[in-house]
Amino acid sequence: MADPASVPILNASGCLDALTAPDVAQALDAFVTKTVTPEPREGNPPPRIAETDDGMLNSIGLQGPGIEGFLEHVLPRLELLGVPLWVSVGGFSADDYVLMCAALDDQRSVATIELNLSCPNVEEAPESAGQLVTAARAATSKPLYAKLSPATWDIAESARACVAAGADGLSLVNTIRGLALDPARMRPRLARGAGGYSGPGLRPIALACVYTCAQAVDVPIVGMGGVTTGRDALELLAAGASVVALGTVLFRDPGAPGRVRGELEAEAGRYRMETGRDAHRIALP
Amino acid sequence: MIEVAGARRDRLRVAGVESIGAYRLLRLARAGLEPGIPGQFFMLEAPGRLLPRPFSLCLAPTGELAFLIDPIGPGTRALAELEQGESIDVFGPLGNGFDLSVERPLLVGGGIGVAPFPYLSERLGGPPAVLGFRTALHAEAAALVPGAEVVLDPTLVTDALPADPGDVLACGPEPMLHAVARLVPDAQLAWEAPMACGYGACYGCVVETGGHNRRLCVVGPVVRGHEVPADG
Repeated sequence: MADPASVPILNASGCLDALTAPDVAQALDAFVTKTVTPEPREGNPPPRIAETDDGMLNSIGLQGPGIEGFLEHVLPRLELLGVPLWVSVGGFSADDYVLMCAALDDQRSVATIELNLSCPNVEEAPESAGQLVTAARAATSKPLYAKLSPATWDIAESARACVAAGADGLSLVNTIRGLALDPARMRPRLARGAGGYSGPGLRPIALACVYTCAQAVDVPIVGMGGVTTGRDALELLAAGASVVALGTVLFRDPGAPGRVRGELEAEAGRYRMETGRDAHRIALP
Repeated sequence: MIEVAGARRDRLRVAGVESIGAYRLLRLARAGLEPGIPGQFFMLEAPGRLLPRPFSLCLAPTGELAFLIDPIGPGTRALAELEQGESIDVFGPLGNGFDLSVERPLLVGGGIGVAPFPYLSERLGGPPAVLGFRTALHAEAAALVPGAEVVLDPTLVTDALPADPGDVLACGPEPMLHAVARLVPDAQLAWEAPMACGYGACYGCVVETGGHNRRLCVVGPVVRGHEVPADG
């Protein structure tokens, strides 16, 4: 793990399994789990991924063991890794978020709960982001981060509602819905049609969301979306993030945590900064 | 070089690329990577593309790792066009290979499914093999598998199987694997699925085995015939 003066680097939820790749998780400052749901889920049928020109689509559909299976079989093994744990939770109603936050509240190994309010590949809860955070807040005293979609009418408004409801921080951003067609058949390449778009094409969108929210609210922001290099990480910090998460880049480069960390500090040096942390918010008006 | 759960990732230099019928054989200097067990796979950087592509090891000549490429998409074409002296990132060996403790092995392959067989054949001491191809040009790859019997479209490899096929180790298109599984439920099948990462991170490569969606890179790519649903 890195020295405490450097910029914390996490994984984006759903982009790393710490149990199949413990060495990669241990290179992070905290490991964020794949989103846990109330019940076990098989997820969406394959094909689930498709590469596009500037990114990729996924439609995994929150495959996972459910909260009971997670607490019984997954969390005890994650605890052995010695990495701070963030648990991402997702659901289909405010009651789902309450149930999971309450179940995690007395788990000492859980550092932070990230509320996935924005999975593009499953049905959404009918409540607004602010209402879901209010419900979750009442169920736990753990730090709560709200993960928002970039495809929001007014992301500053969502950010303000989440913070007013008690969110301690924001995770920006989730994937944005996209579609790719098979050239031979002119049919969607993913079994479910559209999927979540991530990778380099998402980066300017993520940067804008971080930039907007950093001016709207006064809570820490985990910036993510298409980060491939230390330069990309530095830009997210400049736009207002204080933590950077790696997503799609982990698929091609499991060594990305160490590489991006090194590149980030080198890049900061080029701007005569002592550390990447010094870039925090310098792009803001 | 980095190490993840026993597999290594390093930048490997292209030692040579040659045409084998319709396919290209990409030979890479091995550096610190191990060849692994036949049927295991490696993620190869596809130059200019976002995601690496999974390939089983075709041959393991001294100091090299060789992969058979069917240039059918942007990633495989970029790999097929590599030239000697260029370098790409390679990560592996990954997944579970074939169980080599078999008494009467028979290799059954279709098309680019021949890819893992040269290395597998070598490790098993040259067992019999039945390989099916679309065209005579594609069938030139059979020369990499000593003593292989070749059938051409429209004959199916399953038509050419002996009545008592023994321990079948198969690789090929999904309909062929399903057909083999129906005939030989205990057959070892090297399955294929689109993969973004190869090490359990993306959940993109699930295949229904044992009634559940499981990551092929974790439970496979070699699975048993009776584990996969009997459709196809």
